[in-house]
Amino acid sequence: MTRRSWIGWQFVAPFLAVFALVFLAPIAYSAYLSLYRTKLIGGTSFVGAQNYTKALHDPQFWSAVGRVSLFLIVQVPIMLLLALLIALAIDSGRLYGAAFFRISIFLPYAVPAVVATLMWGFMYGSQFGLIRNLNEWFGVTLPDPLAPNLVLAAIGNITTWEFVGYNMIILYAALRVVDPSLYEAAAIDGAGQFRIIRAIKLPALRGPLLITTMFSIIGSFQLFTEPVVLRTIAPNAILTYFTPNYYAWQLSVGGQQFNYSATVAVVMGLLTMLVAYLVQARAVRKAV
Amino acid sequence: MRMTRRRALLGAAMSLTLLAAGCGSSDDGTDSTPAKTTVSDADVEAALQAGGNLTVWAWEPTLTKVVADFQIKYPKVKVNLIKNGSGNDQYTALQNAIKAGTGVPDVAQIEYYALSQFALSKAVTDLNTFGAKSLDGTFTPGPWSSVHAGDKIYGLPMDSGPMALFYNKEVFDKYGIAIPKTWEDYAAAAAKLHQANPKAWITSDSGDAGFTTSMIWQAGGRPYKVDGTTVSINFADPGTQKWTGLWQGLIDKKLLAPIPGWSDAWYKGLGDGTIASLVIGAWMPPNLESGVKAASGKWRVAPMPQWAAGEKVTSENGGSSLAVTEASQNKTLAYGFMKYATVAEGAQSRTDEGAFPATTAQINADAFKNKEFPYLGGQKANEVLAEAAANVAPGWSYLPFQVFANSVYNDSVGKAYTGGGTLQDGLKGWQDASTKYGQEQGFTIQ
Repeated sequence: MTRRSWIGWQFVAPFLAVFALVFLAPIAYSAYLSLYRTKLIGGTSFVGAQNYTKALHDPQFWSAVGRVSLFLIVQVPIMLLLALLIALAIDSGRLYGAAFFRISIFLPYAVPAVVATLMWGFMYGSQFGLIRNLNEWFGVTLPDPLAPNLVLAAIGNITTWEFVGYNMIILYAALRVVDPSLYEAAAIDGAGQFRIIRAIKLPALRGPLLITTMFSIIGSFQLFTEPVVLRTIAPNAILTYFTPNYYAWQLSVGGQQFNYSATVAVVMGLLTMLVAYLVQARAVRKAV
Repeated sequence: MRMTRRRALLGAAMSLTLLAAGCGSSDDGTDSTPAKTTVSDADVEAALQAGGNLTVWAWEPTLTKVVADFQIKYPKVKVNLIKNGSGNDQYTALQNAIKAGTGVPDVAQIEYYALSQFALSKAVTDLNTFGAKSLDGTFTPGPWSSVHAGDKIYGLPMDSGPMALFYNKEVFDKYGIAIPKTWEDYAAAAAKLHQANPKAWITSDSGDAGFTTSMIWQAGGRPYKVDGTTVSINFADPGTQKWTGLWQGLIDKKLLAPIPGWSDAWYKGLGDGTIASLVIGAWMPPNLESGVKAASGKWRVAPMPQWAAGEKVTSENGGSSLAVTEASQNKTLAYGFMKYATVAEGAQSRTDEGAFPATTAQINADAFKNKEFPYLGGQKANEVLAEAAANVAPGWSYLPFQVFANSVYNDSVGKAYTGGGTLQDGLKGWQDASTKYGQEQGFTIQ
């Protein structure tokens, strides 16, 4: 009996080793780091939960959390709604060139985030970019998308462009596995397209929508690449504590505060888990 | 990308793991006795002849030729010159490598403002070990004092950045603008130019810590006072207010191009007349030549505008040293390379390539002063720049954590450029952020 159980462990051992090395170890090490403080003058000392107390009262950290929360509340519903509409349109079978549509909407997902942001950055430029050209062609003065009050929306636009296709593919794949005989039965019963969407397609999408919502929540809280790249052309609109990840990064690379940076990362990880859990719990309760 | 983001976070977590090796040192870096000389010039020469591998992190373009020449002279030495981004990008990479304990270069280019931070964290080595003291008088006084912390010497000056006014003569001539002699003239020129052509600005600025500190330096402000680990920060002094008064006026009248320095748009603007002048360090010519080819022949150099007519006060802007890292396994060889690059043949070769030297021999040579710059329309620009080097105002010091301070500059002062406050308010915010950081790091802030 013991022999058999060991064979099982041997099969999963390679996975467990890699999992422990690249996943558990960094988390444990971050947690360990967060209990210490290193000063330029005075060296390293154990400070217990002090870094956590500091994080809970750190206005810069909470401003970053507030910003990604706003981003989450506004950008994620817009993106998922768009993805849903496109998936339904492609699945309806009434769209000419559906395959082309599907690929071209998915394509931005294949563009690396850095490249996508650089590209949009050029378009957003009011000195040398597309905005300047538009202003000149039409004799107008468009608001600067890289101004402090608009830059979050500008980033939302970039991420929507990047991820609509990705979410659309997940939803579309779920629609493809619906048994066509259900549609035939509904048609025989005299149901129109919108009735079919409401009674058959949307219920079939409940699971995939939950998954895409989860991915999007995590993605929003981890917002990092786009602000970092845009900061070179909008240094005054994107602060060093623009998003929690940006803040953690700045703390370690700009300020050499590795311990506090680890604390911020741990707190943000817990917060993300909490929000994801609440959303899932709510979705499951509704489903029952 | 969702996946990329997750991967990036994982990468960050892994690099945190790597930091383990470097933690645990509790040396506070306050000991001020310089190291004894244990390595003689003959030892250095022997190391150069014996050869070995050196890794050098630097972004200064003229070093490429120095490295090639060096390897011809010392064929047994193999130098790996790596450009890891310029300024802060490289410091980030360097600090990470030092924390990780692997991949640390032997020699690194470090700007004067950042050197004390690296010295304090024991990242770079005291060159007294190699008898660097004997180089007294080899370098011009400003840069030479910039590499000192007390009696310790943490780098060899590579170049220097006394400030001057670089201007696009074609644009100035077209709109009938005379070279501004005072800051008052400069503000008037800014208004005249922008009125004549709303798509042209006297200069660009969207908040640059290095520029601001250099401007305050020239205006007589001394916001930082550093005495060992006791630091005071005060941006309310009259010198600072003199500069903010001038600059706030330019911002309020929208006379500064809102183009961030060193961005693609900035290079383009320097080339097409959108940005008509720059007040910047004397190391600028090679950067113009390589980055703004379109404007070859159009730019000229003039002395930095003054606060009172007839004065000749300048300040330093940037300028770098080469330093040997504490982690280097080959310090003697590294010092040999540095000496070659900053004092011996390298200093001459870099000067010939257009860099602005920090060595008295090069700066006083007739060939240097009489050199004509084809890019600057044949102007003998070094006459202007050498005079600027001789007139740098004394008594300035940077914070021992200036790299951090500069990295958060735009968080507070940036608001002045986007219409959310004044420069003076922004500088107060910057002062508070720097004070808070200094206290957290164990400095005594007065």
